[in-house]
Amino acid sequence: MSEQASNPIREAIAQAIDENPVILFMKGTPEQPMCGFSARTAGALQALGAPFAAVDILPDPRIRQELSELSNWPTIPQLFVNGEFVGGCDIVTEMFESGELAQTLGVEPAEAEPVETQAVGPRPMGIENRLS
Amino acid sequence: MPTAEDVKARIEASIPGATADVQSPDNVHFNARVIAEAFAGLSRIEQHRLVYAAFEGELGGEIHALQLKTETP
Repeated sequence: MSEQASNPIREAIAQAIDENPVILFMKGTPEQPMCGFSARTAGALQALGAPFAAVDILPDPRIRQELSELSNWPTIPQLFVNGEFVGGCDIVTEMFESGELAQTLGVEPAEAEPVETQAVGPRPMGIENRLS
Repeated sequence: MPTAEDVKARIEASIPGATADVQSPDNVHFNARVIAEAFAGLSRIEQHRLVYAAFEGELGGEIHALQLKTETP
């Protein structure tokens, strides 16, 4: 790692996954999701009151490309917990409904359905800002 | 543009013994329920990857979204 980074975007993504216990790569932000699947996934996390970092992949197409190569997963959103890939919208939704997601996150299960417009303090993070 | 029938055929051809029930309102967004013996012993992530493998590079493009539910028989 003393060499100049050969793939700074890939490394920034890996570092973000490493540094944030719960991190969601999505289209848009939790406050302003740009895709229904991203909205639903962020909504599930918000419904559980779990703090999470969010990365908007839209500003630079290379983020999505590198992320998908790293995770071996073709679609967005992608959720990572404690450095492990958890799944995309379908899996996260299924886990939310079964209570598995709360367990994975170490929080109490939610009583209500995920509310997609709810904003409970996640801090969006721009990965492009980490590259300078 | 691929139809629900195309997507069903692709999944069933890619995973031997799989049965796929595919719906699409617009031939861009697809909803698939896939039942396959091949899923046995795999994690949910691995099951979904197996289905995604039928669409190398097309997901997010021509096939904008593939909502997936995987099961063993």
